[in-house]
Parts: sequence; C-alpha cells; structure tokens
Amino acid sequence: MLTKRIIPCLDIKNGRTVKGVNFVNLIDAGDPVALAKQYAEIGADELVFLDISATLEERKTMLEMVLKVAAQVNIPFTVGGGISTVEDVDALLHCGADKVSINSSAIKRPELVNELSQKFGSQCVVVAIDAKQVNGKWCVHLAGGTIPTHLELFDWAKEVERRGAGEILFTSMDHDGTKVGFANEALAKLTALVNIPIIASGGAGTVKHFVDTFIKGKSDAALAASVFHFGEIKITDLKKELRNNNIEVRL
Amino acid sequence: MKLVILDYGVGNIKSIQFAFNRLGVSAVLSNDVEEIKTADKIIFPGVGEASSAMNKLRSVGLVEVIKQLKQPVLGICLGMQLMCAKTEEGNTNGLGIFDVTVKRFSNKVKVPQMGWNTITNLESKLFDGISDKEYMYLVHSYYVEENERSIAITDYEFFYASAIQKDNFYGVQFHPEKSGKSGERILQNFLNL
Repeated sequence: MLTKRIIPCLDIKNGRTVKGVNFVNLIDAGDPVALAKQYAEIGADELVFLDISATLEERKTMLEMVLKVAAQVNIPFTVGGGISTVEDVDALLHCGADKVSINSSAIKRPELVNELSQKFGSQCVVVAIDAKQVNGKWCVHLAGGTIPTHLELFDWAKEVERRGAGEILFTSMDHDGTKVGFANEALAKLTALVNIPIIASGGAGTVKHFVDTFIKGKSDAALAASVFHFGEIKITDLKKELRNNNIEVRL
Repeated sequence: MKLVILDYGVGNIKSIQFAFNRLGVSAVLSNDVEEIKTADKIIFPGVGEASSAMNKLRSVGLVEVIKQLKQPVLGICLGMQLMCAKTEEGNTNGLGIFDVTVKRFSNKVKVPQMGWNTITNLESKLFDGISDKEYMYLVHSYYVEENERSIAITDYEFFYASAIQKDNFYGVQFHPEKSGKSGERILQNFLNL
C-alpha cells in the first residue's frame, strides 16, 4: 500500500534556514543541508524548501543549496518560492531538485503549469494554493497570502489538475500558525474533486491533527514546520501513532 | 569500474550521479557510443513523457546500442518502461527488450502514484539484504503488468511489476537514488553484479 507522507518544510533565505530550529543538537541549525540530512535520518518522507529570499542576489544562493542537498540527501525534495519561468525550473531540476512548487506565478499566468508539465512531466510540478474563507467561500490568495484573487479554491484546483499539475499543496491560511488542526473539510472535498495527490498544510499542532487529516481530510501527505523544527512532535513517534490508527506509513 | 549514466537529455540524472558518489563511485554522464559500449555497468534513467524520451533516445542514436549491450543495465522509472515493447503513454514503441506493454493506472486511484510503497516477492541479487516489503519511493502514472520477468511487485490499484529482469537487463519502477538507505543498497547490489 502507498503510505501517507510526512513532510517537514524549511524556510530558506539567502541559502540558510530561517526561524529557529532546535529539534536536534546541530552545531549549525541554520545549515539546510545538515538539517535535511537529519530529517532524512529520522524518517521524514520528503522535504520542502521554501525560498523566502527577497532579492535576486539571495535567490542565486538557492541553486547552490539545492545542489548541496541533492548531493547529500537520499530522499526526495521539492523547492518552492519565487519560481516563475520554465528556465527557473530547468535550473532547479538540473541542480537535483525532484519537484518544484509554484504558486503566485501560476495564478498570474496559468499556462505556466501546462508548459512545465509538458517539458518536465507532471510528476515534478506541485501547485501550491494558499486560501482562506471569505464570506463562506475559499478565496485563493497570492504573494504569500497577502493579496486576494478572484479565484475559488476548488475551481482553481480543478484547473491546475487539468493543466497538468502532479500534486496540490493546499495551505489553509485560516489554520496556518494556529495549531488547531488542518482544514480537513476542505481537504476531503479537494480529494473528492481531483485525482492527484493532495498535501495538507497549515494548522498542525498535535499528533491527533495528523491522524485527523489522513482519516477525515483524506490527505495524501501532511506538511508542517514548527512542530517538527522545535521538536514538539517527533517524526518517529508520530508515525508510530499513525500506524496505531491503521494509517499506512513508512517506519 | 566504469559506470555510465546514459545522458540523452531527459530529466534529473544528477540525483543518480550523486547517489553513486555517496557510495564512493564516480559515474560518467554520457551519450557517446564508444564510452557506453566499454562501460562495465550502465544506468538507463528517465523521467518525463515516454514518446519524447524515445525521440531523444533515437536522436542521439542509442536505440540499437542499448539493445545490444551485454553488460548489466539498470533502467530506472521511465528507463524501465522504455525497455518494454510498447507504452500507452503517447502510444509509443519502446526498445522491446521486455515483451510487455506499459499501461496507465485507472482513475480508481490517484494518478500519479506518488510516494513510498512496498516491494515484495523479491527475486534477484539486486535485492540482496533488502527485506520483503521494504519501502521504496515511486512517482509514476504508467505501470508494467506483472509478468514472467517480474523480480518485485508492488500493490497500487493491483499488483504490478515494480522491478523486472531479463538476462543483463534490469528495470526498477522506483527511484533507488531517492529511497534512503535501502535504495542505496540496491544501487550497491547493482554495482556488485
């Protein structure tokens, strides 16, 4: 059976991890390569690196980081943040990224999804969607969730699937950072609507939240940052508990 | 030992090169016929779409070359699928080393299959030291049916062949280069063949 995936997400700026990370005794917790290796060791199924660099100069160091991660880490990883052209993706894949995640650039120019899936294959195209509920509707936002769009979550998800996305990373802005659990109702609806894998993001606080998102939310994977980085949830313990709940995981 | 990774313009082959580096073996990326013929071991990688990959293989003149290789060849993911007779993807004829057709998963399951799944019924030296039901990382929409050349099977919608072997040709649907320590063991086993 295909297992449910647990995905730690690392924010990267200028080639370094930002936000404190203290789940292990690393000499340099800002080194994304050391962190990634550690996560691979303790059973993370995949990793996501999100580039939050503001300048072009900082962004260039991302490629160097990707190359180092690919050289040393033996599990798959996705790179997202600031990707807007076929050339951007080509460079990242050439450095050894397995998948790329696009967000605002897909909203601004949806054809990008078609171009990427045709050139590189759907398997490496993740479309990230940030959305929050506005008057009872899931409204898609861009630019890191700061700008509302006219798009509605479920329509947009259908559209990116049709255009060739291989996976959807859905972040509920209503849940992100709250630690009250994932947006399971919306996630279950997404899974019923599209036939590509869905990664749940936003709201992880406890082990129970992961159990719920796999059972109630029918998510294929769950992504979280701080609960893993600060050691609040240990991935091995999490996976044991998931297995106790008859959820298939790689242990 | 001379290890060549076929470089015919598709996909992420750096990861495979890096994985061998971690095992202390440096692999050459090449589409040069002489270099390939004189290699001890050959990796036939592939990600992306089947018909365009076959076209690229043709344009660098490797179709007949691969078929005639006598040294161990390991096809990974699309590389494995292209060694088969035919694939439904783009209605493409493959190399025909394995007399099977590659088919698409139905919409009863999510397509692509993406993530970690188990391999079982292991029957090859490729899997020395690998326990039954070990997890491997897979990303694919098309699959090889279970057949007499299966050396591992995996359950997604049904059991399909996640690894095949005929003479010196080996194919794995999963990505050993991305499957943690177990994947690296399989690559080491291939080097040891």
